Amino acid sequence: MIKVHLWSGLRRLAGGAEAVTVQAATVGQMFDAMIAAHPGLEPVIKAGVSVVIDGEVTAGGRNLAVKPENEIYLIQRVKGG
Amino acid sequence: MPKDELKAGFRLVGTRPNRPDGLDKVTGRARYGADIVAANMLHAAVVRSPYAHARIKKIDASRALALEGVKAVVTRADFPTGLTGEDWNLQENTIAGDTALYDGHAVAAVAATSALVAQDAARLIEVEYEVLPHVTDVDAAMAPDAPVIRAGNADHSVPEGMHPNVVRYIDFGHGDIEAGFAAADLVREGTYKTEATHQGYIEPHACLGQLGADGRGEMWVCTQGHWYIRRMCAAVLGIEAANLRVTPSEIGGGFGGKTTIFMEPLALALSRKAGGRPVKLVMSRAEVLRATGPTASASMDVKIGMKKDGTITAGQVNFRMQGGAFFGMSPIAEALPCAFACYDIPNLMHEGYEVLANRPKAAAYRAPGSPMAAFAVESLLDEMCRELSLDPLQVRLKNAAKEGTKSSYGPTYNRIGLVETLEATMAHPNLSAPLGPNQGRGVAAGFWFNHGGETSVSLQIGEDGTVGVSVGTPDIGGSRASIALMVAETLGIEYEAVRVNVVETGSLGVNEPTHGSRATFASGKAAVEAAESAIKQMCARAAAEWGIDPEAVEWVDGAARPAGENAGKFPPLTIGEIGAKMGGTGGPISGHHESVPGGVGASFGVHVVDVEVDPETGKSTVLRYLVVQDAGRAIHPAYVEGQYQGGAAQGIGWALNEEYIYGADGRLQNPMFLDYRIPVASDLPMIDTVIVEVPNPGHPYGVRGVGETGIAPPLAAVANAVAAASGARLRTLPLSPPKVLAAIKAGQ
Amino acid sequence: MSRIHITTTVNGEAAEFLTDPRETLLDVLRNQLGLTGSKEGCGTGDCGACSVLLDGVLVSSCLVLGVEVQGKTVETIEGMATDGALHPLQRHFIEHAALQCGFCTPGILVAAKALLAQNDNPTETEIRYWLAGNLCRCTGYDKIVRAVQDAAAEMRGAA
Repeated sequence: MIKVHLWSGLRRLAGGAEAVTVQAATVGQMFDAMIAAHPGLEPVIKAGVSVVIDGEVTAGGRNLAVKPENEIYLIQRVKGG
Repeated sequence: MPKDELKAGFRLVGTRPNRPDGLDKVTGRARYGADIVAANMLHAAVVRSPYAHARIKKIDASRALALEGVKAVVTRADFPTGLTGEDWNLQENTIAGDTALYDGHAVAAVAATSALVAQDAARLIEVEYEVLPHVTDVDAAMAPDAPVIRAGNADHSVPEGMHPNVVRYIDFGHGDIEAGFAAADLVREGTYKTEATHQGYIEPHACLGQLGADGRGEMWVCTQGHWYIRRMCAAVLGIEAANLRVTPSEIGGGFGGKTTIFMEPLALALSRKAGGRPVKLVMSRAEVLRATGPTASASMDVKIGMKKDGTITAGQVNFRMQGGAFFGMSPIAEALPCAFACYDIPNLMHEGYEVLANRPKAAAYRAPGSPMAAFAVESLLDEMCRELSLDPLQVRLKNAAKEGTKSSYGPTYNRIGLVETLEATMAHPNLSAPLGPNQGRGVAAGFWFNHGGETSVSLQIGEDGTVGVSVGTPDIGGSRASIALMVAETLGIEYEAVRVNVVETGSLGVNEPTHGSRATFASGKAAVEAAESAIKQMCARAAAEWGIDPEAVEWVDGAARPAGENAGKFPPLTIGEIGAKMGGTGGPISGHHESVPGGVGASFGVHVVDVEVDPETGKSTVLRYLVVQDAGRAIHPAYVEGQYQGGAAQGIGWALNEEYIYGADGRLQNPMFLDYRIPVASDLPMIDTVIVEVPNPGHPYGVRGVGETGIAPPLAAVANAVAAASGARLRTLPLSPPKVLAAIKAGQ
Repeated sequence: MSRIHITTTVNGEAAEFLTDPRETLLDVLRNQLGLTGSKEGCGTGDCGACSVLLDGVLVSSCLVLGVEVQGKTVETIEGMATDGALHPLQRHFIEHAALQCGFCTPGILVAAKALLAQNDNPTETEIRYWLAGNLCRCTGYDKIVRAVQDAAAEMRGAA
């Protein structure tokens, strides 16, 4: 199981907890499992969020591997100039 | 393994050779957006709304079309319907639909046989408007009586009962904010405001577009990212992306403002309507300022709790930002996580609102959102340090985030270099320079994430052993040089033997623009990977020649050498010898790499500025300026320094002079460089730099990316220095002389 | 509108063109004579990217009409390197990394050349005020000022 930390706005859509725990081996599976458990998350995840794995803002998308020992945070999508 | 751990010193990385495009750029040969022509070319001009908010009742182009030399007029009716989301935003901003949403919003465009005829024709296009109430200020746009810019744009996040102009709400934090404030000895709060500023690149947007009835077209354009141009133009016009070949010109500055489209689809639409003749469209400076990417304006509340020893116990922000009349354009999602990113604070709360206003669609501007956030937080921190008689750098060091710190936006930091950056700042002689009367010193810190992004690079070995590298990230500030240095270092050949070309969309996979401080990081990393791949192939060719196992060949100093038990058995085969024979040993040798590179390393900077304020006029003069920033590793230090100096200069302009000034009628009052005053040479001193190198373990040469962080600290650093020099603490930018003078007088 | 025939000298060579009286010298240089090294950053004389010498005087070519150069001499960035050798200013700009995007560079080089023609040993302050009409958004001017100083020193024979 992997633990995904949510920002406050997402917690309101996922039962109020600071983090959700799902079974997943990739970012894509993680998103799918989160949406299955909390359908309210779907529009936000579909609109695009940044996944931070072990401190790094990733952009590799659905195929990136996630493991139980990773620290995983979702943050608002970040753009650069 | 990172190359930093393999060997301590580099042959080329860290040196300062001449940039390969330097000769073209000092002789006037380099070709920018407006510098090329095509046979049978037409010139275009755009009709723009003179109103901040107006319903378009009728467009009559008959008089324009009757003018000799006019070949086509386009309006929104010439574009496909049914677009949604960001594609709709792009189309709506390219050319207004029912309603002009800001002063300068494009309403129609015309193509003619000369630029003068096109301009005459544009004046003959008659547009009938019904003027609507408008709002340009972010706080006013949230007020209950504000005119509604477009109902139904708010997303799920906006709390009920808010004005329809409020379209996004973001909140996050950790710890117990009230307990954090209760634990503080001093709690202070303040409201800070920054006006919109423009990236201010000296080259106006320019393109030459051609589109046939068969849906195939080409475009030459000044842009930070030509695959973005391709995708966005294709979406707005309803054509297929691969049928639009986009070639980037040299680019005369971007700073984030050239990562999107503004008028490019108009050139293509006019071309299609004019029988496929190429159409050149060049913006005037006024068009650039009225209708292309300024950054957001911001109104920001900050509250901080601090112990007497300088320990920060709690931080809270509430930011409001408008990014024009379009959803998703403000950098609110970036500003909030940047606000306290420099510090290890146990209790934090962030809230932010994005608000629509009758202003142009904002574009990214160098570390989007971070300068405003730093202005608010670093200003209040400075006030509190003064109140508690604490050294502002010591307080920043005491609270500095480091490896293992839980960041303000949640995740735990990897190896970062803020502590080293602060220590290098404290050791700099500028900190002990004496200050005279009416002079003051200000410091501030800043942060940027940096970015990887979609990247595709290819590398070709020439028949003489020279190497071509094809990248998709336009070179704005010397990235050809830095990429050539890394490739030459990796291949063990001379810098001059590597030519880096920025190639068009048909030549590589999709590349994100040169944005997010990514060109040297991402294209550089991919180029090193491509070089490693070519090395493998060259070792295999040598192994076949020698009849030994490819694993028994190593690559050293630009040549394949037999290794292990075969060492010394055969003379080395140089890259030139392998290249000369490759046609007969298996064909062309090229390396290729595409990925969304991981390993992005965040970057921190600290700025120190000394300012003298004239008590008679309120004018601030920058006496001394220091930028200290962690580069990870400086591949070409001169261009790293250039990024630091350029970021500081833009920040100084934002702090002291630059602002969008709107009249009561909602029109931009200063759409020219005379009145939108960016820093000139006589406004600035030399800008001292210190490159701190805490190598990023995620890049083969330790690169973090250096472009953006440098604009985050200056706004607050300058405001803190002005406060120290004059006693006038201003919380609204810019610190123009009348404002500072009034504040000095009010304080006396 | 009828066009006017103009003969002039550009970078030492005779040139002629037909121009609409509304066209600027910058328009003529770029669109008729193919000299696109001079840039248009503003069209209002504020940015200096179009700087050229007109009878030896530094001007913004966007504020000069094409018809005004009849019988005069115009020097642009394209004429700065002579016999294939870069002017010392051009060389020092490359060596100092005094350009990033390079768009303002032609105008700044032309302006700096005009400065050194009348003052072979300018102070930092003199350089900064002379170049105050040439906007650069990339560099913060630091490396530009140093490049001009070093080029001046070399031209004085002091380097």
